[in-house]
Amino acid sequence: MALNSNTPSGPLSEKWDNHKFNLKLVNPANKRKYDVIIVGTGLAGASAAASLAELGYNVKTFCFQDSPRRAHSIAAQGGVNAAKNYRNDGDSVHRLFYDTIKGGDYRAREANVYRLAQVSVNIIDQCVAQGVPFAREYGGLLDNRSFGGAQVSRTFYAKGQTGQQLLLGAYSAMNRQIGAGKIQSYTRHEMLDLVVVDGKARGIIARDMVTGKIERHAAHAVVLCTGGYGNVFYLTTYARGSNATAIWRAHKKGAYFGNPCFTQIHPTCIPVSGDHQSKLTLMSESLRNDGRIWVPMKKGDNRRPEDIPENERDYYLERIYPSFGNLVPRDIASRKAKEMCDEGRGVGASGLAVYLDFSEAINRLGQKAVEARYGNLFDMYKQITGEDPYKTPMRIYPAVHYTMGGLWVDYNLMTTVPGLYACGEANFSDHGANRLGASALMQGLADGYFVLPYTIGDYLAGEERKPITTDHPEFEAAEKNVKGMIEKLLSVKGTKTSHDFQRELGLIMWNHCGMARNEKGLIEGIEKIKALRQDFWSNIMVPGSGEELNQNLEKASRVADLIELGELMMHDALHRRESCGGHFREEYQTPEGEALRDDDNFAYVAAWEFMGVDSPAKLHKEELNYETVKRSQRSYK
Amino acid sequence: MSGNMNLTLKVWRQKNTSASGTFETYQASGISPDMSFLEMMDVVNEDLIKQGKDPIAFDHDCREGICGMCSMYINGRAHGPLKGVTTCQLHMRTFKDGDTITIEPWRSSAFPVLKDLVVDRSAFDRIQQAGGFVSVNTGSVQDANSIPVPKENADEAFLSAACIGCGACVAACKNSSAMLFVSAKVSQYALLPQGQVERAKRVVNMVEQMDQEGFGNCTNTEACEAECPKQISVSNIARMNREYIKAKLFS
Ligand SMILES: Cc1cc2nc3c(=O)[nH]c(=O)nc-3n(C[C@H](O)[C@H](O)[C@H](O)COP(=O)(O)OP(=O)(O)OC[C@H]3O[C@@H](n4cnc5c(N)ncnc54)[C@H](O)[C@@H]3O)c2cc1C
Ligand code: SF4
Ligand code: FES
Repeated sequence: MALNSNTPSGPLSEKWDNHKFNLKLVNPANKRKYDVIIVGTGLAGASAAASLAELGYNVKTFCFQDSPRRAHSIAAQGGVNAAKNYRNDGDSVHRLFYDTIKGGDYRAREANVYRLAQVSVNIIDQCVAQGVPFAREYGGLLDNRSFGGAQVSRTFYAKGQTGQQLLLGAYSAMNRQIGAGKIQSYTRHEMLDLVVVDGKARGIIARDMVTGKIERHAAHAVVLCTGGYGNVFYLTTYARGSNATAIWRAHKKGAYFGNPCFTQIHPTCIPVSGDHQSKLTLMSESLRNDGRIWVPMKKGDNRRPEDIPENERDYYLERIYPSFGNLVPRDIASRKAKEMCDEGRGVGASGLAVYLDFSEAINRLGQKAVEARYGNLFDMYKQITGEDPYKTPMRIYPAVHYTMGGLWVDYNLMTTVPGLYACGEANFSDHGANRLGASALMQGLADGYFVLPYTIGDYLAGEERKPITTDHPEFEAAEKNVKGMIEKLLSVKGTKTSHDFQRELGLIMWNHCGMARNEKGLIEGIEKIKALRQDFWSNIMVPGSGEELNQNLEKASRVADLIELGELMMHDALHRRESCGGHFREEYQTPEGEALRDDDNFAYVAAWEFMGVDSPAKLHKEELNYETVKRSQRSYK
Repeated sequence: MSGNMNLTLKVWRQKNTSASGTFETYQASGISPDMSFLEMMDVVNEDLIKQGKDPIAFDHDCREGICGMCSMYINGRAHGPLKGVTTCQLHMRTFKDGDTITIEPWRSSAFPVLKDLVVDRSAFDRIQQAGGFVSVNTGSVQDANSIPVPKENADEAFLSAACIGCGACVAACKNSSAMLFVSAKVSQYALLPQGQVERAKRVVNMVEQMDQEGFGNCTNTEACEAECPKQISVSNIARMNREYIKAKLFS
């Protein structure tokens, strides 16, 4: 199938308006004749569900937590970007667009990113009207901060809990529609397959996680808002439940997977402390505004940080990037930390950490001011590590945090399966090869509030208005498939738990497809993953039965998918013989060790088609044509 | 490793909602003080699975104190002994080698046990569906800065909105009252200009739904505030009572 991005023609700034005018409309009285399934109730899913229900569609939502409010979006800390230019500091839609394209290392679709920047301003208006308590100034107007190295202040925030407040806003809009009977919310339900009838997405198979019952749900369209797949690396900043099952099973039913290897590794996380650890905690990027990052000059210097004199410290980011210093983009900050540790200059018991030091800021501003800015983060650090960052520098290390890859979607957010849409982190998104801070919340809400409600109408307008039923043989087959997999998982009765397998997978991914990748490592990694998959299906041990609340069964079925996805990520990373954004191939770097893009050969989105578990996926290319921005080597020096 | 602890756990086990439950005793050995409470539970569960036994079901997700999913009643206290901390943020350095730790689910007839330590908190969602929102449709709004909000009000609204919906307040209350949870939402909107239009209707609808769900009355013992991991203040309850009386008087 040829990949058509359906990007409208015309000047960049007019594309979205023209496109909206050209989209087909569903007459208000007919909207209630269409059913839409939305899987996921994070920012993307909750905003989409509320907006579609307000328009009059019948919506069913699904989430695996016990309430829509607990989706992983709740954990986002720093803020949400919008080109409001309330600060009069030179921000504009064009600047946000340009920064996002450049930050993504020229691997995103121009038209999508421009639209994202355009609707960013509406997001803030919407959230304020819902009663989201953003931070304000004394005059009563909204406060902003600069974030992730942006040179303008365009980030709106609610203390260190922006994701929570935005999600509770979207959840409240959803609740209003649940109360009005327009949304049916299914909680503790997990989607386990997509149902495709006559080439169109027509429903899902879900498991009631309390009773174990396998259910069929039909609709005219299905929207996946199921978040990112970073847990393929095991130790990450994701919630424990975050997984790839929904998008992976949709991929197996025909949805192409876009740029799977594009992973974001966040530079400021609390380092690993031992084998028992179950997750890594992010320390907001805002800390880099005042904290200085350093390692000892000497290898293996194990003096306490206070005992290392100033002239024996290497503030390496300030040294290498004098103009951006500690504020370089995430991919660069992460990679440099790894290089320092690889040189043997890492700190802490494991040698896998660098210092983030606030002593200069405390001297300059006073402890009170530092406390006012970062108090909650310092407390969190102390709670986890038992160390006091006011007295001794924090130790930080990069951790997996976000996946830019995801299901390939066209300009209308439709996947390659007609009637199947993907929004939020689940799609391959607008962030190219690297996402800027505070842009994921923006994208999730843009997709759900302001893009999908228009574009889905264009598809539904062409669909018959009679209800879709679950008696098609395709539902039967999908249900059988799901039941078969559950039985298989329960019947192996091996010796290793899903937890054992996820840890092994995570280690393989981190070592072979992590912050720096190379051909030899990837080829080895692929072999290791294949072996792991074999081992999984002969040695997995799942206690209990399928007809009850069984958390280990849930986990095993997710890990099985993550293993398959991991293999695809390695293939994608192997085929992309260039470095760009978060994808760093050691063979392709500038003499100074920066990512070396190859625009002649790789200025495309890699969209992979599933050909069977044991067959290599098939590559389709969407060429990225830059009409407005001129591509250049990113420089933050 | 030195400094590791051996603990005895007494854990509530219950197969499903209709089954009757009992306490079972387990040994947790070699527990590092750096582990979180849930990581300690992971270790115990991995052991149980490898012995061919049914692991302990418990709710959790973010493991950083914000999703509100984790919910354990530890040694007679919701989320354990520390103030302002959820179960997932509680670290084992809080306990001593040789300790016996009792772990139960939230206990409230409005939160039926689904299995072991997992309870059904959907009553909270239904209360929010009854009125925990501002009725605005997507797209039909004005510029975000067109209504200034005094910083003090915005900050106070934020503090109320910081509730994570965990249910510890209900678990800690001898009457199983949900007043702290409900009043936090009512307060957030009462403090903001956007919440004014539906102010009276909202409080009445939410309180009615709360009563229907079978939560108990508030007798001002303030156990909820003491155990709330987000330190939501009982002043929210006083505000909700005023809002409710006003709404009833003028309706
Ligand atoms: C610690 C942390 C901090 C962050 N801080 C920021 C920040 O400051 N600014 C920013 O812009 N971004 C930030 N991000 C990124 C951002 O939070 C996420 O990218 C974004 O919230 C994802 O939203 P979503 O709606 O796509 O998915 P999610 O919020 O992950 O929601 C996924 C939903 O899908 C459901 N689901 C998944 N699979 C299934 C299934 N099979 N069946 C049923 N339901 C399913 C889940 O139940 C859930 O409801 C941060 C991320 C992390 C981890
Ligand atoms: S008020 Fe506190 S204890 Fe109650 S649900 Fe909210 S955060 Fe939990
Ligand atoms: S697991 Fe999210 S608050 Fe504890």
